[in-house]
Amino acid sequence: MDDFLIRALIAGVGVAFVAGPLGCFVVWRRMAYFGATLAHSALFGVALGLLLEINPTLAIVVVCVVVALILVSMQGQRQLAGDTLLGILAHAMLALGLVVSALIETVRVDLMAWLFGDILAVNNTDLIWILGGGALALLALAFIWRPLLAMTVHEELAAVEGVPVVRTRLVFMLVIAIVIAVAMKVVGVLLIVSLLIIPAAAARPFARTPETMALLAIVTGCIAVVGGLGSSMTWDIPAGPAIVLVASVMFVMGMLIRRVSTGQD
Amino acid sequence: MSEALIRIEKLSVRRGDMFTLSNVSLTINPREIITIVGPNGAGKSTLLRAMMGLIKQESGQVFRKPGLKIGYLPQTLTIDPVLPLTVRRFLSLGVSVNKGRRTALMEEVGVPHLIDRPMGVLSGGELRRVLLARALLRDPDLLVLDEPVQGVDVGGQVEIYDLIARLRDEHGFGVIMVSHDLHLVMSATDHVICLNQHVCCDGTPEAVQAHPEYVALFGDRVAAGLALYAHHHDHAHDAHGNIVPVGEAESHNHDHDHGDGGHHHG
Repeated sequence: MDDFLIRALIAGVGVAFVAGPLGCFVVWRRMAYFGATLAHSALFGVALGLLLEINPTLAIVVVCVVVALILVSMQGQRQLAGDTLLGILAHAMLALGLVVSALIETVRVDLMAWLFGDILAVNNTDLIWILGGGALALLALAFIWRPLLAMTVHEELAAVEGVPVVRTRLVFMLVIAIVIAVAMKVVGVLLIVSLLIIPAAAARPFARTPETMALLAIVTGCIAVVGGLGSSMTWDIPAGPAIVLVASVMFVMGMLIRRVSTGQD
Repeated sequence: MSEALIRIEKLSVRRGDMFTLSNVSLTINPREIITIVGPNGAGKSTLLRAMMGLIKQESGQVFRKPGLKIGYLPQTLTIDPVLPLTVRRFLSLGVSVNKGRRTALMEEVGVPHLIDRPMGVLSGGELRRVLLARALLRDPDLLVLDEPVQGVDVGGQVEIYDLIARLRDEHGFGVIMVSHDLHLVMSATDHVICLNQHVCCDGTPEAVQAHPEYVALFGDRVAAGLALYAHHHDHAHDAHGNIVPVGEAESHNHDHDHGDGGHHHG
């Protein structure tokens, strides 16, 4: 097997390992659009990183955290519905990212790669960032797992029972930001959220506990990466979208299997 | 008398330009059951939130006994079907659970058979009992209940109130709860506070029910309430275990209630 393919596999599986459990929380907490807004902001992070000559991954994390904090601080406002606010911010940030990218004269920004991912071009440095960031995010998520689950079920109940609500939420935001930053290379701005929510949703019919759902989401994500890369090689199609498509097919199959086995209509 | 669990002095809470609570004072003593009644928007839930430290007050003070452990039953708890959560796992979210103690408490609240059920399929009454079990696992000094019979059918409501009173007798915690219907809670409460952004009146259930301010707030419902109360009073005494229908007209409610009533281990 070629080196680039091995690196792509390691990167994809590395992302799947953290995207699975994190995606479960995104689904449980109905934060798909929140995640999408942060992902759309990531392009601005890339451009900012190039402009200021700092590591793009680091710049993405910083931009995502700032946007997350803005969103959280605006949750109290009652003028606009939540999805309107998210829609405004998501597309404003994407537009900002595109404009700033165009203004950078020294480096030509490969927009397609950032928007849709370029997993086959992952190099060793990228790999270190992906695995390091992924491991850090996974550790942090394990650390806040129980308090975050308690908050997801009922936030005030959790607060009364002594869960450090604010700290847990901040760590959670940070984990989302890190995962978006490391997943950028694999599937790109526009497809990151699918890597979070599709494996989690596909795992749901077969899970009886939150933890098994997270594990099954990891398995689904890994199969999607392997299947997507395989399809990409076989039929010469773009790898990131292929991964997302394989995950989607698994989601649909899971629904069908579940329906047949339980006899639901 | 031992130290108060919670003492609130001249508490005011503001939301925007409006005061949702003004100048509220109250004391919760150990083993005492206090019921807060009042119309919608009276600030009942706000008062509970403020005493648990969930929201900031504009002025006034909330003194909690040092180390006070609160068991809280929120008004609503909806588990999204996408989150797979059994009762067993739900109970483990609050504190690390000892299995024997969990089993004992589930029997005490009358639902030991629900332990492996998904949270999403519980009925209103079952959910209340599971929430009670979770609160009791913390071995609380004070139980705070926001509309503890919301989503429970009328027959089951009396049972829940009786259960709360019985648990208080056994465990010795204080209780503060919010209720819409004074007549349903009367037999199971020591002290009533009638709240409408300020404390209109307070005292024993009988005293509050006769108080002019209470009558002014609930004027229309008082007469009807008294009739209903008399009915449920009879019924409450029969309610440990199986329920004996009292009136023809009410038999429908009793049928509904049977699911909860059959599982008592009292």
